[in-house]
Formats: sequence, structure tokens, C-alpha cells
Amino acid sequence: MAELPKTPLLDELEKGPWPSFVTEIKEAAKHKASSRDLLGLLERSYRERLGHWKHGGIVGVLGYGGGVIGRYTDLPQDFPAISHFHTMRINQPPGWFYTSKALRQICDIWEEHGSGLTNMHGSTGDIILLGTTTPELEPTFQALCAVGFDLGGSGSDMRTPSSCVGPARCEWACYDTLGLAHDLTITFQDELHRPMFPYKFKFKCSGCPNDCVAAVARADMSIIGTWRDDIKVDHAKVKEYADKGLDIERTVIRNCPGKCMEWDGATLAIDNSACRKCMHCINVMPKALRPGDDRGATILIGSKAPIVEGALLSSVLIPFWKPEPPYEDLKDLVRTIWDLWAEEGKNRERVGEFIQRVGLGNFLSAIGLDPEAEMVAHPRENPYIFYAVGDKE
Amino acid sequence: MADKVSVDEVAEAMYKQVASAQGVKKLKPGDLNKMMAEIYGDRVDRDTCKLAIRKLIESSRCVYTYFGGSYIELPHRESAEN
Repeated sequence: MAELPKTPLLDELEKGPWPSFVTEIKEAAKHKASSRDLLGLLERSYRERLGHWKHGGIVGVLGYGGGVIGRYTDLPQDFPAISHFHTMRINQPPGWFYTSKALRQICDIWEEHGSGLTNMHGSTGDIILLGTTTPELEPTFQALCAVGFDLGGSGSDMRTPSSCVGPARCEWACYDTLGLAHDLTITFQDELHRPMFPYKFKFKCSGCPNDCVAAVARADMSIIGTWRDDIKVDHAKVKEYADKGLDIERTVIRNCPGKCMEWDGATLAIDNSACRKCMHCINVMPKALRPGDDRGATILIGSKAPIVEGALLSSVLIPFWKPEPPYEDLKDLVRTIWDLWAEEGKNRERVGEFIQRVGLGNFLSAIGLDPEAEMVAHPRENPYIFYAVGDKE
Repeated sequence: MADKVSVDEVAEAMYKQVASAQGVKKLKPGDLNKMMAEIYGDRVDRDTCKLAIRKLIESSRCVYTYFGGSYIELPHRESAEN
């Protein structure tokens, strides 16, 4: 076995009680030349404070425009085993549920065709397989397909939809996030594998406003579970929390963003018309409070992390939607938005940036939606929406 | 109304656009769709364009590339690989 390169700077990242990616790469380096070179290159980058990767290019599998991210080092003479070190994104199952057999299959395939290094999971949600060569891409793809996996999205396409664990493991789920994410993935296979947009487009499905997949901050279209009737209260359990020492006034009432709750020391009163559905009270007293029974989702649009321009949070598009298979109403809306954005969007302009550029009022008008009060936080906060005098009831 | 143009004809027209732009300008699928609309007017629709692009890619006459965004180009050896 070849000796591992000296890595004094990387070794610092192995200190402490937490897991270290350096330790894992060293383990893989015992039997993979690519991991040995990866350690060497990374140490050199840390020493020089300079990245030595080039990314993008042509590589992919036949017929697909997404799922493979080409990576090359600019020092192939020094690190030949990673002169190509492409990343493959694999479509994760909704909610990230696997059998141990499936995980072993993925790892065995990747040991055979790639570096053996994985990232479970990437920020969009995909399984990330780190590092292979151009000739190994197609065999890897075929082997993954044979065990039921497919590539995920990359480039200017619809990215792999992701969802929280939803009703499979969470009692707060207000709709079937797993079912919706799976349905969107299957319906929009063409958009997932064949880039056709100005830039990326992400769906994220969260079952409740706790938003465990951070849809409100990261998805071009966020579908977040909510309810529109009253919070369900078990007053005996509320009293039990108080008797056990929970300071309801301090930890619940004062933290309510809608100021919709009152606590007199014996009874919790809720003005549900002012509830913001933030989930705080439910999270603090899960045995006493629950979301209502009339459950559905809010559809929001436009969030993104800072890349070309700054970060955006989502804005409400549909205040309340009943998600029911086959979700045709949502799909029709999505197709309408895509048509407009594909036609009018600039290169590398996310849909949120597009809306900012053309104005929310114009955007709504173009996709055929009426402005609603839920789209703005305060009167006149959004200068793009104008109501005619006759509109007011 | 005039007959719809065939997928094969659109694919050929797209190929010519990609070939003439090679090395000069990178074209996105949306750019090709707009070019086809200019050439064929309402005789071509977006679904036909999608099928035409698919035909070009699956026949390997064109490839998808990624340089900050996704483009359609003629197959070539990329400089990063050298």
C-alpha cells in the first residue's frame, strides 16, 4: 500500500469529538489512489489558500443534461488519480428512507466505479457520489439504474424535489409530503434530466410550518403544510404542563408572533383569527396543542441562496391549497410559471429574481392569479400590488 | 392554418444554429426555442422544440454543457480536460 501524504493542516480537522471528513478520506485512501491524491491536493490548497478545482464542462451520461458535475484538478501532473474527479447526483427517495440493502448497493457500485466517497446528502437533497472519471460515468449510471436509482438534477433544470419525512414519522404533517415530492419527480422527469430553464428551479415540500427542509429559504417553490381551522387544545394537558413547572406566560404567550394567546393561570385562550401558524406554542406543548383538522399547504415562491444576487425568502403565492393526487392544479400553475419564466427570464436568473425584476403585480397578472392579502405582511408594504377602488368589499 | 413543422425539421434547423454559433456564442435551450419561433412562427410549438432537442442529444449530434448555466453545443474536447 502506498504511503499516505503528510497532511499537517488537514490533521487539525481530526481533533475534537466530532466526526471528521479527513478521517474518512484517510480510511478510503488505504485502498484508493484517488483518495490519496485528494488528501494531497486538499492539503496543498489549504497551504496555498488556493482552490485547485475546475468545474463544469461537457461530461454527463447519454441523453441527460443533469446529474453529473464535471470536476478536474488544474494539477493533473501532481495528482494524476484525480485529474478527473466528477460528482454524480443521485435522486434520493422522498424523506430519505432507505433499506440497508439499498445503501449497500449504492456503496458497492461506487466502490467499484468511483472513489467510494459519498456525501449523504447534498443541500438539494440528492445522494452525492464524489469523484470518478469520465469513462466510468456511463457504467455507474447503468449499474445504479439496474438497482432502481436514477440521476438527480443539476445545471439549469428542475432540481430533484425533496421533502421532509412527513406523515411517515411526524404527527404534525399537514399533507403527504412524500407523495407530492414523488409525484412531482415522476411527472417532471423531462424537466429534471434535460435543462430547459434560465437557471435552476427547486421544489421543497415541508409538512408543517416547522419547515424541516428549510423550503422557505431555499426552494424556488416551497409547499409548506398548514391548517385553517382552530388549533386543537387539550386544556387538561395545558394545566399539566403548568403544574410541572412550565412558565406558559414567558415561554409561550410572550413569544407568540400573532399575540393571539392569553393565559390566566388556569385556562389557555386562543384567538385563532390572529394565529400566524408559526408552530411555536405547539412545539413547546406538543401534548396539549395540535394543528387543526382542516389541513393543507401554503404555496410560496421565489427563495434562493445568494449566488448571482443576494438571498431571498419565499413569498406567499397560494395562501391555502388542498394537496390531493394527482395535484393537477399545482402542476398547471407550475407549467404556467415555467412558460413565463422560460420566455422572459434572463440567463442565470432565478424565478425569485425574475419576480423582483418584473414586479409581483405584473408576475401575478401574467400567470393569471389575483393578488391576495396574504401576499403582503402589512398594508402598502409591497408597492407592486395595487387595488382598484372598486375592489374593496 | 399552416401545417405544423416536423420534429426532424426543427432538429435540423436547431443543429444549424448550434453549429454556426459554436465557439462564438453558447446557446441555451430557450434561445433555440425562440430562434425556432422566429423561423417557423406558429407552425412550431414548445413541445416540438423539446422533442427536437431530445433528438439532437440522444443522437449525440449535440451535447449539454455546463458553464455557470446549461447550454447546447456540438461535441468537442473541453479545455478543462486537457
